[in-house]
Amino acid sequence: MASSELDRGIKGLAGRAKRYSVFALARNASRYHQGWQQAWRHAEPKKSYDVIIIGGGGHGLATAYYLASVHGITNVAVIEKGWLGGGNTGRNTTIIRSNYLWDESAAIYEHAMQLWEGLAQDLNFNIMFSQRGVLTIAHSEHELKEMSRRVHAIRLNGIDSDILGPDEIKKFVPIINIDQTIRYPVMGGFLQKRGGTARHDAVAWGYARAADDLGVDIIQNCEVTGLRRRGRQIVGVETSKGFIGAKKVGCVTAGHSSVLADMAGLRLPIASRPLQALVSEPIKPILDTVIMSNAVHMYISQSDKGEMVLGAGVDKYNSYAQRGSWPVPEHMLAAAVELFPVLSRLRMLRHWGGIVDTCPDASPILSKTDIEGLYFNCGWGTGGFKATPGSGHVFADLIAHDAPNRIAAPYALKRFETGFLIDEHGAAGVAH
Amino acid sequence: MLLIDCPYCGPRDEAEFACGGEAHIARPLAENPISDAEFGSYLFLRHNPKGLFTERWVHSAGCRRWFNMVRDTLSHEIVEIYPMGSLPKSRRGKQAYADNWRRGTPAEAASKPQAKRGR
Repeated sequence: MASSELDRGIKGLAGRAKRYSVFALARNASRYHQGWQQAWRHAEPKKSYDVIIIGGGGHGLATAYYLASVHGITNVAVIEKGWLGGGNTGRNTTIIRSNYLWDESAAIYEHAMQLWEGLAQDLNFNIMFSQRGVLTIAHSEHELKEMSRRVHAIRLNGIDSDILGPDEIKKFVPIINIDQTIRYPVMGGFLQKRGGTARHDAVAWGYARAADDLGVDIIQNCEVTGLRRRGRQIVGVETSKGFIGAKKVGCVTAGHSSVLADMAGLRLPIASRPLQALVSEPIKPILDTVIMSNAVHMYISQSDKGEMVLGAGVDKYNSYAQRGSWPVPEHMLAAAVELFPVLSRLRMLRHWGGIVDTCPDASPILSKTDIEGLYFNCGWGTGGFKATPGSGHVFADLIAHDAPNRIAAPYALKRFETGFLIDEHGAAGVAH
Repeated sequence: MLLIDCPYCGPRDEAEFACGGEAHIARPLAENPISDAEFGSYLFLRHNPKGLFTERWVHSAGCRRWFNMVRDTLSHEIVEIYPMGSLPKSRRGKQAYADNWRRGTPAEAASKPQAKRGR
């Protein structure tokens, strides 16, 4: 991937924030930890900003950070209706990978992967990025053949990807059951070794701290109730804290994108659906990688705390309720227990749903709109977390230049008029 | 978890059903040429309200027949179930139908034969 030309100019902390380091830890330990400063200010809205980002999740905060750090646009506010990172950023299963089928997808997800690899240093924040590998397993002969076609396509894009047989998988993941007589037998799989996980909350906090340090205002508990425009030009947003003026507005609100689009009289191809996940009680380390299954709609990993983190497929009907229906995790757990018999007596501690913005082609929308100065970053559906840095970086570029770069261009809303879709349905694992 | 009152089989668990998404999207007729953008709105753009929504369901593990439903996407309350080919009758159902941005769009107008469009 030749994305290095876009990487130039990223700088981490420049302002007042004291750097985190092992020395800072020792220094503060000797002072009973009284000396830590607040990670970001609780800002009250100014009258107007150059750019307002609606949505204080990972993608929104990343956008604000790259606007400030790469493009020098620091008169920026991030407006969040709840608390920072409390939506899908805090609800996903933290999986990161870039093994997508199409060139357009490879470009954006690999761009994100390369930013992930240096992100903790960029932000001076431990995001607990762990490249423990992501293994996607195949349960049928056909799936295995389709998988090998996909692996070759991914490799042609310069992204690491390897096919494994059942015995190699057993060696890699000792707790897996490779008995060929179960409902979803392990026929093979493909592994991206550079894939892995990161601490999702830390990603939001790290971006918030670094953006705040560069002068970005982060305004929580402030709901956007309307988008004000003059003719075809956006002039600001109506919020629960009053009107805030803006030259440009970027909407990064995942499941609520259609609600915001409606305020501007725009239409999106998005359906909002619940996506569910659950975690078990913490146990000793038994799984040091990430396992995914397309056919079952299951993905599993073990957190550093020891909890088994399991994700299911997307629910079948539209909902904004942030809770899903039982048959979806039930189906996933039945298969998980057969594949990993060791899990059968594990108790589940927490179970939740997040509202994801699913697109007809399972690819995101990074786009200008018919309204001058209004931009949308949405449609990430069930797999936005992995793209967080790439999404923010590319979207900041789009807002700063009012024109999409090479990576963003294919993701314009126009594709639902021209028909140039980027069909990633099932193309690279269930957790798109 | 929904308890869905299939008009043909009675109340059943949601696991027996599949959801077909937004209801009342009519295909523009070939005799009424429209722009790519308008056809794209028929094909891809979706009403996605936080609140009352008209949608199609099929009792796929039962009688396998389709029907329409008015449902609240925030509370999951089922307001009305009505047959394919008809419109909602309850007050809230009628409101949900009328509030859809698709009503009155060129793509929807183009779904009716020219003779009936009073040209």
